[in-house]
Amino acid sequence: MTYSAFFTIILTPLVILGLATVLTWVERRLLGLWQDRYGPNRVGPGGMFQAVADGTKILFKQDWIPPFADRGVFILAPAIGMMTVLLSFAVIPVTMGMGIAGDMNVGLLFVLGMMGLGVYAVVLAGWSSNSKYALLGGMRAAAQMISYEVFMGLSLLGVVMMAGSFNLHDIVAAQAGVWFIIPQCLGFGVFMLAGIAQTHRLPFDLPEGENELGAGFHTEYSGMKFGMFFIAEYAGIVLVSSLVTTLYLGGWRGPFLPPAMWFALKTGVMIIFFILLRASLPRPRYDQLMALGWKILLPLSLLNVMATGTILMLRAS
Amino acid sequence: MATTLLSPAREQGLADIISHHLPNGFLATQPACDGVPTLWIAAADLRPVMAALKASAAISLMLLDLTAIDERQRTHRNGQPQAAFTVVYHLISLATRTDEVRIKVPLGATAPALPSICDLWPGANWYEREVWDLFGIHFHNHPDLRRILTPPTWTGHPLRKDHHARATEMPPYSLTEEHEACEQDAMRFDPSAWGMRRHSDHSDFMFLNLGPNHPSVHGVFRIMLQLEGERIVDAVPDIGFHHRGAEKMGERQSWHTYIPYTDRVDYLGGVMNNFPYVMAVETLAGITVPPRAQMIRVMLAELFRIASHLVFYGTMAQDVGQLSPVFYMFTDRERVFGIIEAICGFRMHPAWFRIGGVAMDLPEGWEGLIRAFLDDLPERLDEYDAMVMRNPIFRARTKGIGAYTTTEAIEWGVTGPGLRATGLAWDYRRHAPYACYDQLEFDIPTGTNGDCYDRIAVHVEEMRQSLRIIRQCVDNMPAGPVKADHPLTTPPPKARTMHDIETLIHHFLSVSWGPVIPPGEARASIEATKGVNTYTLVSDGGTTSYRTRIRTPSFAHLQMIPLLSRGIMIADLIAILGSIDFVMADVDR
Repeated sequence: MTYSAFFTIILTPLVILGLATVLTWVERRLLGLWQDRYGPNRVGPGGMFQAVADGTKILFKQDWIPPFADRGVFILAPAIGMMTVLLSFAVIPVTMGMGIAGDMNVGLLFVLGMMGLGVYAVVLAGWSSNSKYALLGGMRAAAQMISYEVFMGLSLLGVVMMAGSFNLHDIVAAQAGVWFIIPQCLGFGVFMLAGIAQTHRLPFDLPEGENELGAGFHTEYSGMKFGMFFIAEYAGIVLVSSLVTTLYLGGWRGPFLPPAMWFALKTGVMIIFFILLRASLPRPRYDQLMALGWKILLPLSLLNVMATGTILMLRAS
Repeated sequence: MATTLLSPAREQGLADIISHHLPNGFLATQPACDGVPTLWIAAADLRPVMAALKASAAISLMLLDLTAIDERQRTHRNGQPQAAFTVVYHLISLATRTDEVRIKVPLGATAPALPSICDLWPGANWYEREVWDLFGIHFHNHPDLRRILTPPTWTGHPLRKDHHARATEMPPYSLTEEHEACEQDAMRFDPSAWGMRRHSDHSDFMFLNLGPNHPSVHGVFRIMLQLEGERIVDAVPDIGFHHRGAEKMGERQSWHTYIPYTDRVDYLGGVMNNFPYVMAVETLAGITVPPRAQMIRVMLAELFRIASHLVFYGTMAQDVGQLSPVFYMFTDRERVFGIIEAICGFRMHPAWFRIGGVAMDLPEGWEGLIRAFLDDLPERLDEYDAMVMRNPIFRARTKGIGAYTTTEAIEWGVTGPGLRATGLAWDYRRHAPYACYDQLEFDIPTGTNGDCYDRIAVHVEEMRQSLRIIRQCVDNMPAGPVKADHPLTTPPPKARTMHDIETLIHHFLSVSWGPVIPPGEARASIEATKGVNTYTLVSDGGTTSYRTRIRTPSFAHLQMIPLLSRGIMIADLIAILGSIDFVMADVDR
């Protein structure tokens, strides 16, 4: 292993965690802006160090495990959540040269696999807490996962068909002419919805559903274990945004600016879009979400696969 | 679209129906200064009379209130039948403008008991439990006669005259270990005691304790849910966590010093609570309030209606997961409070109404403040319509959820927006106009389906109507005094105190002891933010009330929760709770 690869592997998680922490502040400021209020603006310039203060506080909080919880699983759950998100970043190509394993030949499958595993964090947290609200949250997460995992994978098939590869480098390379968001707009829409569901953000934050379940799956969590769920959620937003950038928005491609800048810019816009969704939409009921998944989004993504296949075949012949 | 209610009571009058069904006639008829026919009947006649009333008046007769009076220390009972306790049933016909009746049943001091009327009016359930809890009057054949406001471990019945009212009347409180264990034990949940089964034929139920501390129960309110998955099999509300003995306090405070306590009953309604209280006292005292004071009262009441509805609107959106509207609406509410603060000096609890008028005249520049607000809010309300009411997810979450019919609403004692959402255009401001509502133009918004969405839509439209009323008040504010020229006006007019000794003495007594209100009984009702709010006062000719009864709308509304929540999901229950628009202080008092 070369020195620089080793350096990248150490650096990437640190950057991601740092980004996720900053993102908590960005989100609160943006929500404040859109909701006609200030948001955190006291600690540091523009309240920027609020994230640091919160992080420090949460590190020093009592790390309490409820006596009725299934201890081992209870500790494992947030670690799974954090791990799957961080591992997914391994295959995200920031630029041609930046990234850990951007040209892994099953890169996209790897991300999907990690996202699938990520659900275990929520389900296990809900289960091991041995508390009713947490259990209901975990149950909702499982139900939600079953509905969106199917069409999330299908929605990406269009991209894979057009690029002819699961390799994320190749997918970006295939967007040299036109970004996939144009020919794959249907797949893009479906994947966006799946991505929100994956990160458990409003409007699809049903496993958490604070108005209904208190705090849902992490009701019994406190201290840094809660912090890990929290940070993993924000890291998840960065992940889904960078995936959208890579798959549909041409990755690092763009004129004038350096490639890394383009990637950051596109990802940033997607992140802000995520926050805007949270500021504006109410939460559907979970049977409504499942109906949406099975009755509308699944047929739509199948249609997308068929249409893409047909066009590609016609063009080839 | 108003449902028309046809009622034979329109022709006959409720009192006539009752006399038809009493072979031996009334025990007595009691003159009441509020003009409501007050009829005394024997305990044995209660069931037949109630059944006859229920049958004859079809759907339009509402059991507005059911309460009791401990008569044992009362001196001025002129001509009323001998009684240690009196149970009072207040019935109101929604079909006719003013047809209502108060039925009183005298009871003895030892083991007082009456037959329950829960089978006739399901809404009587909680009222009878309350009377049992606070007065110790038993109701035969009641399905679930448990304490409701006080904890199950409470000893005694607080509203009896021999029950202590102050902490200093008891030995110092201490919590021993046995006592603590006993209290803990009383809190243990036993499904069978709550009328729930642990198992169905093929599965075990999960019991979920929703509240007393939960983000969406709007206060300290507990609902025990019997769940199958996330589907609610049964729900049993548990109230009383917010009970502060507001009625008992009425018996210890002077007529004047009780006003701030009323503010805190529906704590979002502000002066809306002062309103029926001072109106009832004024009825007892025979005070006519000058027109300017009336108009100021109406104007402030409508401002508070807007403030309260804005909170409702925002929290409702938040309950279904929409985070932002509540912030915009609280910004608007802040503006309302700005106006209220400029006029009253306080925000949420101004205690601004006085016996005989209001505390002070309007400040300089009040008109500009209100007009600016009147001009701005409609546009913002339109924006909220686009944001909330027309949002497809919001509609999916509220349409067809938690619906009930007009008949059910009347049987359960539902008033206010919850009643109007079912299509019945019944508003107490129109039914029996008080203050100067008869001179003001406004529409009564109604819904059609009686579901969550309609309840919210009615609330939203009511804000627009309130703006209309306020504008008329601003345009037509009469000149003149803001306090009645009457010896019982409190604090008394001060202009002549330093000129003659009689006025000075009156003023001194009225301020130090408080006014002495002549003996009698009076009730005053208003259309408060959440429904009909009624204060019934009994004066025994003293400086304090002999009995203060507060009939709040939220108490009746919460009773319907089991009916609405069977077979739905938890998320729907949260939407229903939001749409009912209650505050727990208004329920528990």
